[in-house]
Amino acid sequence: MSSTLFTFTGARVVDPASGRDEIANVVVEGDRIAAVGEDSRGLRIDADGLVAAPGLVDLHVHLREPGGEDAETVASGTRAAALGGFTAVCPMANTQPVCDHVGVVEQVLRLARDAGHCDVYPVGAITRDLAGAELAELGSMAAIGVNCFSDDGHPVQSAQVMRRALAYAKTWDAIICNHSEEATLTAGAQLNEGEASTRLGLAGWPHEAEEIVVVRDLILAEGLGARLHVPHVSTAGTVELVRAAKARGVRVTAEATPHHFALTDARAEGYDAVNKVNPPLRTDADVAAVRAGLADGTIDAIATDHAPHAPEHKEQAWLHAPCGMLGLETVLAVTLTELVHTGVLTLAQAVEKLSTGPARTRDIAGHGGPIAPGQPANLVLFDPEARWRVDAAKLASRSRNNPFDGAELRGQVLHTVLRGRFTTRDGETVEVGEPAGARA
Amino acid sequence: MIGPDLLDMADLDAEAITTILDTAEGFKDVALRPIKKVPTLRGRTVCNLFFEDSTRTRISFEIAEKRLSADVINFSAKGSSVAKGESFKDTALTLQAMGVDAIVIRHAASGAAQQLTRWVDARVLNAGDGTHQHPTQALLDLYTIRERFGRVEGLEVAVVGDVVHSRVARSVCQGLVTMGAHVTVVGPPTLLPPALETWGVRVSHDLDAVLPGLDVCYLLRVQRERMHAQFFPTSREYARIWGLDADRLAVLPEHAAILHPGPMNRGVEITADVADAPNALITEQVSNGIAVRMSVLYLLLGGEEGAEA
Repeated sequence: MSSTLFTFTGARVVDPASGRDEIANVVVEGDRIAAVGEDSRGLRIDADGLVAAPGLVDLHVHLREPGGEDAETVASGTRAAALGGFTAVCPMANTQPVCDHVGVVEQVLRLARDAGHCDVYPVGAITRDLAGAELAELGSMAAIGVNCFSDDGHPVQSAQVMRRALAYAKTWDAIICNHSEEATLTAGAQLNEGEASTRLGLAGWPHEAEEIVVVRDLILAEGLGARLHVPHVSTAGTVELVRAAKARGVRVTAEATPHHFALTDARAEGYDAVNKVNPPLRTDADVAAVRAGLADGTIDAIATDHAPHAPEHKEQAWLHAPCGMLGLETVLAVTLTELVHTGVLTLAQAVEKLSTGPARTRDIAGHGGPIAPGQPANLVLFDPEARWRVDAAKLASRSRNNPFDGAELRGQVLHTVLRGRFTTRDGETVEVGEPAGARA
Repeated sequence: MIGPDLLDMADLDAEAITTILDTAEGFKDVALRPIKKVPTLRGRTVCNLFFEDSTRTRISFEIAEKRLSADVINFSAKGSSVAKGESFKDTALTLQAMGVDAIVIRHAASGAAQQLTRWVDARVLNAGDGTHQHPTQALLDLYTIRERFGRVEGLEVAVVGDVVHSRVARSVCQGLVTMGAHVTVVGPPTLLPPALETWGVRVSHDLDAVLPGLDVCYLLRVQRERMHAQFFPTSREYARIWGLDADRLAVLPEHAAILHPGPMNRGVEITADVADAPNALITEQVSNGIAVRMSVLYLLLGGEEGAEA
């Protein structure tokens, strides 16, 4: 790869890590950024009108492998990630077998390395088999680099287990990410409890179920000085709780998904189970609160919770369909369309939420910028204005359950570069071994 | 505007409901004839697709279909391809390929009837989907009320009981409000879903305060099992506070009618003597159900061919 030498010319470089937001050339040599400025060396790639940003980082994806390969594989999921502008993703532990020991972590890392689309930082389980009872061997996973643990999809119900996990993880200053859901309040729940659930006859999923667990976990983390990450913030109450906790110095970070800042429970109308997700789509007021939380820094990251499900599972009655939505290939465009073009976030803030922020909250080195000489060349180039229509059938994911199917979005990924190698070029996948400049 | 499907009472305006009820009146006479059959739907195939056990509704639809001379297929999920793991979608596509003209569907999942319309060209009649809707029940209730009072508009109606789990409550409240009745929903807060006021109804927890002003007291089925999930402590306590017994019957105006969609839990929401009282219209509801379902089948399927009957 030492022969790699190219320059993106005339890009708007948006790099929250260095505070840079200006038109410049970005020279990539080998796997590193060689220069940012007026220099131009090697192959020139016209980036006029494009934004050059640090490669996107997703704190929350489900790649389904091992065990769920009908819905997604590490290769297909990371290919989708690269097409979406990502250079790093954090797959959750709810695979089969569960990622609660070193063997599965190593398997996922190897599969991702072989595919070469995107770096992965597997999240280990908090408890064995996600059962919420016995701690998984956090230390052995931490020893090979895992620094975040979550039973995502299986909220830790026991306060004692949660308290022990937070305390034990302090050994490595690791993060505990607890899916916040009080299970007795959501037994059988189908849709956010409110006007829509009442009208549609879908069992209500009260917002309190999320907030009760967030409160508990914030109190526990505060008492221990432990690191807590709140995933997929979906309610106005959670935003306020995290905001207040941050103000008093709790070591908490938070993420929000594109569907929770762009869609509401009105989407359940028609009963298309593509709109069924956990936590559920909420109300306009919740969407507004999540947006405000992103804008004021309460919420550190936009994470997709990319959750592929095979069509035969989603094409069931709402009651029987599993929860989850795709997000990797649409999140940048949804963020630009819903938050940047509407003035909720500046472009630099959007890049912060999609790259720099998530990399920082998870201590992921080499991603999230800065775009500066000597740094790994992990980049995304996107056209912030280009309009395109989502066609779920054409997604790289093995699944089709994208709620934005058919929507016209504004903002399109052109190139993704992982350590100097194109993983996506002109919006198309570049497989490992394919010549990088083939379509130049 | 009626059709192409009957999924949700919200799809019917007052004019459509009136048309359905007027048409049902004509069909009610069929039951009095020595040969209880008209040739209206001869050559049409109707499938009763029942994913959930139901005796009353299925038999009512089947009688309605047979009195209209339709060819009737009964598909029950038990012991069928569904029990062997066939998906809802594949069942729908199979019926589509067989070319049935109408599907009457009962399903445990809210929204199933609407989902079915995506996969079939046949007319879809919702015979109850989860806790969502049961439109023919609401229509037969409106018919029964109109038959008794000559109108629905302006009547004071209480809908009492387990609203949160009830597809009947959703359909009946919508139908009554559309037809201009004044509806009060009554029950313990645990059994009333949020945002009920968006239905255009009043909400009360005090049945005794509501009873004296009523024209119609509509009692919903309250399953005893609900007490195991702490919706109320015991069925005895429920009956004491929200059940209709002889003492409360005495408070109800003499002209008032009592309706219940069945099956009744005698001793919970209604006592045996009230169920058998002269102002209980429960058996009328059942017989009107056939005429109303004939009317709906005719209006959705009959079209021009039906006119010659």
